[in-house]
Amino acid sequence: MQQLLNQLIQEGYFHGAPMELVYAGFMLLAAFVVLSFFVAPLAGITSWLERRVWARIQSRVGPNRVGPQGILQWLADGIKNLLKEDIIPTAADRRLFALAPYVVFAGFFATFVVIPFGSQLIVADLNIGILYLLAITSLVVVGILMAGWSSNNKWSLLGGMRSAAQIVSYEIPAGLSLLTIVFAAGTMSMQGIITAQGWAPWNWFLFYNPFTFVAFFLYFTAALAEGNRTPFDIPEAESELVAGYVTEYSGMRFLFFFFAEWGNLYVIGAIATTLFLGGWQIPPVTDHPILAGVLQFIVFFLKAYLWVFVAMWVRGTLPRVRVDQLMSLCWKYMVPLAFICLLGTAAWMVIWPQGNRLASFLMFLIGLGILGLFLKRVSFQIRHARPVLYLKPYI
Amino acid sequence: MSAVGEYVRDITETVTTVFEGMAVTFSHLVRRPMTIQYPDRIPKPVQETLPLRYRGILEVDMDICTGCLACERVCPISCITIGIETSKETKQRTFTHFDIDICKCMYCGLCAEACPTGSIRHSQEFEGACYNPAGLVRHFVTEPVPLYKPKKGGETDPTLAEKVETGLKYLDEFASPEKGGGAGTEEG
Repeated sequence: MQQLLNQLIQEGYFHGAPMELVYAGFMLLAAFVVLSFFVAPLAGITSWLERRVWARIQSRVGPNRVGPQGILQWLADGIKNLLKEDIIPTAADRRLFALAPYVVFAGFFATFVVIPFGSQLIVADLNIGILYLLAITSLVVVGILMAGWSSNNKWSLLGGMRSAAQIVSYEIPAGLSLLTIVFAAGTMSMQGIITAQGWAPWNWFLFYNPFTFVAFFLYFTAALAEGNRTPFDIPEAESELVAGYVTEYSGMRFLFFFFAEWGNLYVIGAIATTLFLGGWQIPPVTDHPILAGVLQFIVFFLKAYLWVFVAMWVRGTLPRVRVDQLMSLCWKYMVPLAFICLLGTAAWMVIWPQGNRLASFLMFLIGLGILGLFLKRVSFQIRHARPVLYLKPYI
Repeated sequence: MSAVGEYVRDITETVTTVFEGMAVTFSHLVRRPMTIQYPDRIPKPVQETLPLRYRGILEVDMDICTGCLACERVCPISCITIGIETSKETKQRTFTHFDIDICKCMYCGLCAEACPTGSIRHSQEFEGACYNPAGLVRHFVTEPVPLYKPKKGGETDPTLAEKVETGLKYLDEFASPEKGGGAGTEEG
């Protein structure tokens, strides 16, 4: 993106204008384009798709009224929420209350700066990409605590405190499992990590060694917890806290929290794809730069969206954990395992500095074996229940 | 050493149970949904598939209503209003109005239990949506109707006999639990 702007400047399009303003304006334009043409529809459609997937898992139909198969449900929900009254409780701290959704949203939206959708399609390839990512997602905690505190409500405050405790705790296993990849790749830049991998699955960092394989699942679990997703959604546990930190919110402010939550799902998938699943790497099929860019974008999008689907599926499967279970899972199991992964990868790199191709291939076969075992269990479940099969995704 | 074993067992149990649970839910993705989205129609109207005991919107069969006012008196929220007029010449008592405000009705079924002939009862109808709350007040009397007088030795008029029969069916099903259709009998 920056190259494009530099080229435009050299060709004299912004002659005489102050360069800082041109850059700032271009950044704002990029943010606007990304927000309105990619993130907003993505978060909306994710919300609809989640309800459909969840419904099918529970043998229901799900929303299918607005538009074909209900795909415009998110627009209807959004318009409804825009038209709702924006209630600010009298006892609330008005400024913080009004500010909190935007802080949460900014913390989520700023991650899109470093997400590489293609070899050229990235807002800014920071050389400290992962560090930036970890830092900027922590802004969400501030927003959630602000929301919980300023609502001046016990449920909100408890939800905010729980969320803060949860996010701060799970930053550690998430950060450590990201660090294993930083070890393996030798760089913190997102594009650097992707170029260190190949298009073939056995060249992905997921199968780099057994430790990165475990680290991937640790990262995904920790990321779900950081995104306040079921089974770690105790900050907004309906049965205990009404709606947690969003209890007092209504209308568009309420929607901003959930916008961030659904968009965050894609960010989780995108980071997992970048770090472990080879990112936008495609086989060398075309030399045409635009066609290659489109292919890269499609590959990256599908890989990332697969993990969005897995998160929906996990939400339909697992029950909510208790607070003590959440903390013991993090501190007693995930943090030690993440450390083992980190040290194991470090040791691996001392022994095989260039990586061990045979081990990678073996890990790939093991991964395929696990997938096969899983499909075997699924087919057993289907045969066992003798249900009426309905393979069409629509009703 | 047992503590380490327990630790490892915890991890394997977590992983295997989550694995198995994910397989179960994934198998549900290819199954046919059990539910029917409400406005989608099944071959028969939904109302016809409902049992007789279903507590839908109240209906009154004015032809067999005796005008005893038991329902009006027993209604906890006074959603039933009945007007009865006695003609001065003929001493004939007629209904001037019999209104049920469905907005207020809480479907408790006390009126149907109190009715001696089963003329007021819950129908299988449940789709009451309308644009104006006034539209939900059901008027059962359009022109003055004479009160029904049960005859000794059974009803002789065949059209009325059919209606009495229907009322009794509702009474059996809904109001008198000891006749087998009810939820349970009081003992002691």
